Amino acid sequence: MSNAYLAHQSDSPERQPPQTSAAALAREERKEDTTMLLLLLPALIMVGLLLILPMCWLAVQSVQTEDGFSLANYIRIFQEGIYWETFALTFKISFLVTVLSILLGFPIAYAASRAQGFWANLILVCVIIPFWTSVLVRSYAWLVLLQRKGLVNQTLMDLGIIDQPLNLMHNTTGTVIGTLHVMLPFMVLPLYSVMKKIPQDLLQASESLGAKPFYTFRRVFLPMAAPGVMAGSILVFVICLGFFITPELLGGGRTILVSMLVQRNVELYHAWGAASAVGLVLLAVVFLIFWGINKFIPIERILGAR
Amino acid sequence: MNTLANLRQLRVSHVVFTLVVAAILLYLIIPVLIVVPMSFSEARFLQFPPKEWSLRWYEAFFHSAEWMSAARVSLITAFATMVVSLPIGMAAAYAINASSLRIVRTLQIILLLPMMVPIILIAAGVFFVYARVGLISTMTGLIMAHIMLALPYVIIALLAGLRNFDMSQEMVARSLGMNRFRAFMAVTLPQIKPSLVSATLFAFITSLDETVVALFISGGDNQTLTKRMFTALRDEIDPTIAAISSLLIFASLLLVVIAGRSKGKAR
Repeated sequence: MSNAYLAHQSDSPERQPPQTSAAALAREERKEDTTMLLLLLPALIMVGLLLILPMCWLAVQSVQTEDGFSLANYIRIFQEGIYWETFALTFKISFLVTVLSILLGFPIAYAASRAQGFWANLILVCVIIPFWTSVLVRSYAWLVLLQRKGLVNQTLMDLGIIDQPLNLMHNTTGTVIGTLHVMLPFMVLPLYSVMKKIPQDLLQASESLGAKPFYTFRRVFLPMAAPGVMAGSILVFVICLGFFITPELLGGGRTILVSMLVQRNVELYHAWGAASAVGLVLLAVVFLIFWGINKFIPIERILGAR
Repeated sequence: MNTLANLRQLRVSHVVFTLVVAAILLYLIIPVLIVVPMSFSEARFLQFPPKEWSLRWYEAFFHSAEWMSAARVSLITAFATMVVSLPIGMAAAYAINASSLRIVRTLQIILLLPMMVPIILIAAGVFFVYARVGLISTMTGLIMAHIMLALPYVIIALLAGLRNFDMSQEMVARSLGMNRFRAFMAVTLPQIKPSLVSATLFAFITSLDETVVALFISGGDNQTLTKRMFTALRDEIDPTIAAISSLLIFASLLLVVIAGRSKGKAR
């Protein structure tokens, strides 16, 4: 059978007129395309049924009231203080966490990319182990560390830095500390992979031409690391916008974010219209960010698919 | 003189930089490390370091019918998610890699949507749909939602392998008479094994770790471990959580090692 196939392949140009061959090729190509689309189908059905359909349903829900179509749920977001204040706080915290994760993530990614063997591995292990550890476990650990008589307060008091225990949790401080801990690996890992690819030769070339280390860093290293910073920042910011678990546990119900607004509207008040509108505004913001950044870095790259 | 001063300055900045890096790494790793000794504490209230040691929280976990049932639900769900999402994700990743159709790029982004849409919104949406079709608090519903959530991770991991694989090898096998599926199984699959391993791990972990959707749609006898842990953490801090956390940390360490080894072999 295999021989026949090969024979057919090699003979065809001479025996058949070129037109037929072109038609056969086109038919073959169409068949190939259909096969590919069929292979994609099961995954598309899952995402369609369990993600896109629910989103559409929420969209319908958000503009439907007893008296028919109404934008009341969206108007309320802009009119009622609690709603837009929650959005503002969510943006503020997400922005703060993103900036902090650049500040803390850059040095460790840099160190890991320049270190050799054992030390590079040690740094990466310290980033990857928390990354793979359940967010719940880490939130639990922070609840223990940050409580009034927790390790952080005790250490600070023993060192004589503070006289009274600080309120580190059930407020915005706790939310930021815990959220940053979850987000930091999302910054470090893309940064590391970009920095690792920066050739040492370029930096040496700059220095051999008389540039001071800081100048080399600023003019050669930083521009080349910039795409990594951008990818990491987008990822961190977007995940922060919809983050629920850690802010809920460490914020102690006092730092209300958009995700909690959605959850409370659904679970406590069964206010589907309000929950849907709030959620969809959040979704629109996220999509706008991805759409805007797509021109500079393809989305697939940011999500690690490229 | 001048060079000496420069050198000293360089060394000082080096030391400062090392200290800063060490401090950040401590911030990252301490919360993970602290949980383990706490799980062996005798005390009912959180304290560190523990004054007396015991295994009572592990006993509390393994002897509690509720915790055990939650652990069983989580493990079954994670296993089922893994088994179903792998072939579905494999088919999709294969098509994304092999096809040059323009629409495929759009379809790929659609398949990545579960990573982009805020999880709280997915949870609310799935809850809303499930409430209408009676899938709330069922294993089927939970597993289906987790498959959808795991798919992008599976596809990304497999794509990484496929992109580094030379597809003409599969073509050769096909030209020698194997059908496409057999050629794939015999030639391609064995060579992308490392990415298959990481896709498997990702599928399993995504499901095992997933909290927000489970919080909304799992319930009754089919509550996941994460839902029970979350509720326990919100209401009052039960040290049993420390024991469960330690077990989970141990499990994730194991997975990091497995992932590391499969990558090492690939090199």
